[in-house]
Amino acid sequence: MHPEKPKHDFEPKIIAFVCTWCTYAGADLAGTSRMQYPPNVRVLKFPCTGRIDPVFILKAFQQGADGVLVSGCHPGDCHYIAGNFHARRRFAAFRKLLEFVGVDLNRLQFSWVSAAEGGKWVEVVTELTEKVRSMGPMVEFKELALEEQWSGAIDTPELKEAYEQI
Amino acid sequence: MSRIGVFICHCGENISRTVDVERVAAQVGKLPGVAFSTDYKYMCSDPGQNLLKKAIQEQKLSHIVVAACSPRMHERTFRKAVEAAGLNPFLCEMANIREHCSWVHEDKEEATAKAIEIVGMMVERVKKNRVLPTITVPVTKRSLVIGGGIAGIQAALDIADCGHEVILVEREPSIGGHMAQLSETFPTLDCSQCIMTPKMVDVANHPKITLYTWSEVELVEGYIGNFQVTIRRKARSVDEDKCTGCGVCMEKCPIKKIPNKFDCNLGMRPAIYVPFPQAVPNTPVIDRANCTKFKTGKCGLCQKVCGPGAIDYEQEDTLVVEPVGAIVVATGFDLYTIDEKPKGSAIKGYGEFGHGKIPDVIDGMTFERLASASGPTGGKILRPSDGKEPKQIVFIQCIGSRAREKGISYCSKVCCMYTAKHTMLYHHKVHDGQAYVFFMDARTPGKNYDEFWRRSIEEEEAVYIRGMVSRLYQKGDKIVVMGSDIAVGVQVEIEADMVVLATAVQPQKGADSLAQKLGISYDKYNFYSEAHAKLRPVECATAGIYLAGACQGPKDIPDAVSQASAAAAKVMTLFAKDKLEREPIVARVKEGGCVGCFACKKVCAYGAVEEKEIRDRQGNLIKVVAYVNPGVCGGCGTCQATCPSKSVELDGYTDEQIVAMIEAL
Repeated sequence: MHPEKPKHDFEPKIIAFVCTWCTYAGADLAGTSRMQYPPNVRVLKFPCTGRIDPVFILKAFQQGADGVLVSGCHPGDCHYIAGNFHARRRFAAFRKLLEFVGVDLNRLQFSWVSAAEGGKWVEVVTELTEKVRSMGPMVEFKELALEEQWSGAIDTPELKEAYEQI
Repeated sequence: MSRIGVFICHCGENISRTVDVERVAAQVGKLPGVAFSTDYKYMCSDPGQNLLKKAIQEQKLSHIVVAACSPRMHERTFRKAVEAAGLNPFLCEMANIREHCSWVHEDKEEATAKAIEIVGMMVERVKKNRVLPTITVPVTKRSLVIGGGIAGIQAALDIADCGHEVILVEREPSIGGHMAQLSETFPTLDCSQCIMTPKMVDVANHPKITLYTWSEVELVEGYIGNFQVTIRRKARSVDEDKCTGCGVCMEKCPIKKIPNKFDCNLGMRPAIYVPFPQAVPNTPVIDRANCTKFKTGKCGLCQKVCGPGAIDYEQEDTLVVEPVGAIVVATGFDLYTIDEKPKGSAIKGYGEFGHGKIPDVIDGMTFERLASASGPTGGKILRPSDGKEPKQIVFIQCIGSRAREKGISYCSKVCCMYTAKHTMLYHHKVHDGQAYVFFMDARTPGKNYDEFWRRSIEEEEAVYIRGMVSRLYQKGDKIVVMGSDIAVGVQVEIEADMVVLATAVQPQKGADSLAQKLGISYDKYNFYSEAHAKLRPVECATAGIYLAGACQGPKDIPDAVSQASAAAAKVMTLFAKDKLEREPIVARVKEGGCVGCFACKKVCAYGAVEEKEIRDRQGNLIKVVAYVNPGVCGGCGTCQATCPSKSVELDGYTDEQIVAMIEAL
């Protein structure tokens, strides 16, 4: 019935930070319209993109996300008057910082998806998944996370093993 | 230790078709902290909810995750069920495995794996959920209406008729607003004063309405249900309680030649005056800038002739503080200033139309005063320059409106209709006259509006010329109007006796400063912004403040009246309860960490952040910290993401909860 889906060696993990009023509702609409998109995305709901702390994006990369999507209401449509403007300004600065530390900005996408744009949600998620898949896994942060553990806790299996070898 | 219950819904087949729900229940049941997990065909049905309630009681569950449809669909349903079983409703979360999983994927393996992750994420989140109390705030059941035009009057009457006190504040000496200036109204041509003045009298006589004319809002503090409004009552120099409104002072005043703003400066008034004979209240005010007594200290004639002794030259401005629970803003509109460029504004004037230089080029409101039976000419259409009847009259539409190059790109909505009305009024009064209208296109949506416009052409002989005017100039006692007729493609030149410009509608001057006092938002033209263009058109995003009339955007009388009644209905909804309940998704400051930088205050769109002093037992100031007023907070969480010391937290969306979700991945 359905065309056979191509098998990939690598399935990226995408984390989406979305606002509840526009993009979450847009994703709901994609569902009610029975649109199809890759299952790689995990959605985290926030009241507003203004609530999204850039630290969450770093945390997501650290936890093994290969791509991060931040999406909210179109400019001027914010349910909370101006939260998305604050978010836009914050992320404009944050992108520069990420670029500076060497993160490929193609792994991080910002978009506006309204509650009426189920199709756009599908498009954005599909595109980002394809793009990140072609880039391969994001390893930099995982390595950083390991380093962090060197300086702190000593009860991870890797560290225990390392200690035993000394 | 938490005892989490997880309930997986089949949603008939909607979920179970692509997600192996039994496997999800089994997998999730193994997660640390999960004490109970099960699946059921319809969780939202009565038996489903009873299953949930029974499990909470029998298994002594502490937190609940329902994996089903979108929380936008049934979060409320399940939180209610959880509450009925004795748990705090905010200890229940929903995992969306329908809209975000089963409906958008086809591969059962993939979808099941995703569903397990989604539920796992919510399990980790719910562990960090805290008991949130429902927030209640008291409601003061009095309201303030700002602006005494038709919108403000309608809102005030509607609220007062429901038995609640209303404070109506008007900047001018009388209520009535622009509608009191109009001659007749479209599309019925009924006399504006005849339908307006009875309402004005109703306001004055209503036992529940306190009327403050010649007054302005000075300061607004507080939040929904609990505002404190300071009103400046400007010195009237006449004691309102003593004055009987006999008018002898106005007759005797020796200064008689002050242009009357109400008559668009065509008529004259004395230094002690009421703006128009039907003014409410009928108490005069002394124009101190023009009064001889105030200028030189001599005269005092009005005081001598006043029988009740109401004249008081010593009167000063007073400040009144009124506690109110809701505010209706109905400040209305002003007309576009054709010939001057307002300071600091991007809006430009129209020097080319000679307004202000050629006396017989007037604006639409001036024409209304000429046509009004109570106007300076007693309702005769006469030229301001020589008092002759104009035999050829040209109306030019869209002056300022829809002119991006002049700074206004919106349509003023009423001008097409009032120009059609003007041509009719003109035709009724000057039978041998001819009216021409230059127009871009006629916008006549509204009940009986298009019929009315067509009548002006078909029955009242107005000649409509599609095209704009490029230039106007005086030639003898005529005004030469040069324009183009784009329908025919020719240049048109008309020697007119009078030209009427249909000027754009703009917000009242000072609309922005009032918005700042109220903490409401406004657009680039200073029109006030509603909370949602379609679904919350009369509410401001700031809770407890409502909009009525043209302060929100150009509106005609029926629209302004409807919106005023809608705003009144919203106020009544608010007043229907003694206490306000709201979702406890609000920001809270951790005072220990707050350094008082107030970055949160700068980003808060609601003005919910206040400064709070922390003192020791001796009363010495230790530090000033931020305090989020839960009644005002909108719950967006922008403050939390902004706070450099992470000292403010949005309940329901704490860092702990979000990080727990990210870590579950």
